[in-house]
Amino acid sequence: MRGVCPDGFDVFAVRGAIMMMQVTSISEGIVLDHITSGNGLKIFSKLNLAGLDHPVVLLMNVPSQRLGRKDIIKIQNIKDIDLAMIGLVDPSTTVNVISGGKIISKHKVGIPEVVRGLFKCSNPRCVTNSDTYAEPCFRLVDAESREYACEYCEETTRYRF
Amino acid sequence: MGIQGKSLIAPDDFTVEEIQTVISTAKEMMEVGPDAYRGLCADKILATLFYEPSTRTRLSFESAMLRMGGSVLGFGDANTSSVAKGESIADTVRVISHYADIAVMRHHKEGAPKLAAQYATIPVINGGDGGHQHPTQTLTDLLTVEICKGKLDEQVVAICGDLKFGRTVHSLIKTLTRLSIKKLILISPEELALPSYLRRELEQKGANMEEYTCLDEVIEVVDVLYMTRIQRERFFNEADYQRLKDTYILDARKLERAKQDMIIMHPLPRNNEIAYEVDDDPRAKYFEQAKCGVYARMALMSLQLGVL
Repeated sequence: MRGVCPDGFDVFAVRGAIMMMQVTSISEGIVLDHITSGNGLKIFSKLNLAGLDHPVVLLMNVPSQRLGRKDIIKIQNIKDIDLAMIGLVDPSTTVNVISGGKIISKHKVGIPEVVRGLFKCSNPRCVTNSDTYAEPCFRLVDAESREYACEYCEETTRYRF
Repeated sequence: MGIQGKSLIAPDDFTVEEIQTVISTAKEMMEVGPDAYRGLCADKILATLFYEPSTRTRLSFESAMLRMGGSVLGFGDANTSSVAKGESIADTVRVISHYADIAVMRHHKEGAPKLAAQYATIPVINGGDGGHQHPTQTLTDLLTVEICKGKLDEQVVAICGDLKFGRTVHSLIKTLTRLSIKKLILISPEELALPSYLRRELEQKGANMEEYTCLDEVIEVVDVLYMTRIQRERFFNEADYQRLKDTYILDARKLERAKQDMIIMHPLPRNNEIAYEVDDDPRAKYFEQAKCGVYARMALMSLQLGVL
């Protein structure tokens, strides 16, 4: 039996018991590729993709020539996502923007230099931990350890997901 | 842009030239005497927003503005202001901006004056934020060194005590590394060593710096000895404070090995770190330092207000 979803996601049923999904190309949206295997679910969760009104597919442990295994996320109809958050979780992720069925841009996200509002300052005395007007904002000080300096108190926070 | 209209939240908000302008202006004011500046800020109002107790900083700001003929309004206790009703910093400074021409804020939360400056339409001065920064104390310190010792680039400066939570120390160290000094010596127990962000900054700048845990080891080479208080209010654990509070006590015996022309500074208040017997030593300059605070703040505010 085969069912066809309107946004290019084909669903197959084999012997009525095991469900398989063949994910075809999307015509509009974003494909997050080369996600380190295991990080796809983290990105899915951090970006709150389950809350979108558009089709989203998370593929895990997909065979990859370069990485051995990788995760992929396809998001239909959405082109504006939080690249800083993706860079924090997995800077090796490639972002492909799809329009008219073609890739119109492709780039690695990298580790963000500036991060705003995505995590808390580790300094309990920092104003960002007690005043809603003070949105936590950080600048990268060490890419390897993912250490960020708070714009308000200057203390270093190591981002851990 | 220059200093006029500018906030001072961290010492690096001002260029080296701007810092030198404040110091030279303060020095001139001190030499000429305050009477000559009596009408300088006749139509200006300073707002003092002190969410945390203060004696020297608040009173020296008030004295500075009053000596220049200006007026002062504000609070010295957050419990007597709308803060007690839950008003945010942003709302407070947006209102104060209509009441005053310049504001100084002290707050126990680090970064609070920066937040205030983002919402105020008047210049904001950081009068100390938690254990973070205290830039006007640095202006005071630099003026004191200039008056008591002369050129900064010929001095070995040692800073002793709480380098972790000491906001005066953080601002001073940040600034000393931008100006050229002969050498910077840091003396603290390991638990109260410099915060990592500041250490990284010094390393990146290639600062000529040495670190010790014992004052006796280095006191004989020091030109400027800057003592600091171990601050009980910054500790989460009373036992840690009790263990560390008397780590360094400067007394007459220790000073026997120090240079005869060394100067002793302290941002005050002090606890046990400088014995009272040291007050009579001509090298003790901490009360002159407190006097310098008024002139440093007169110079700063008059330049920020554009009245000079």
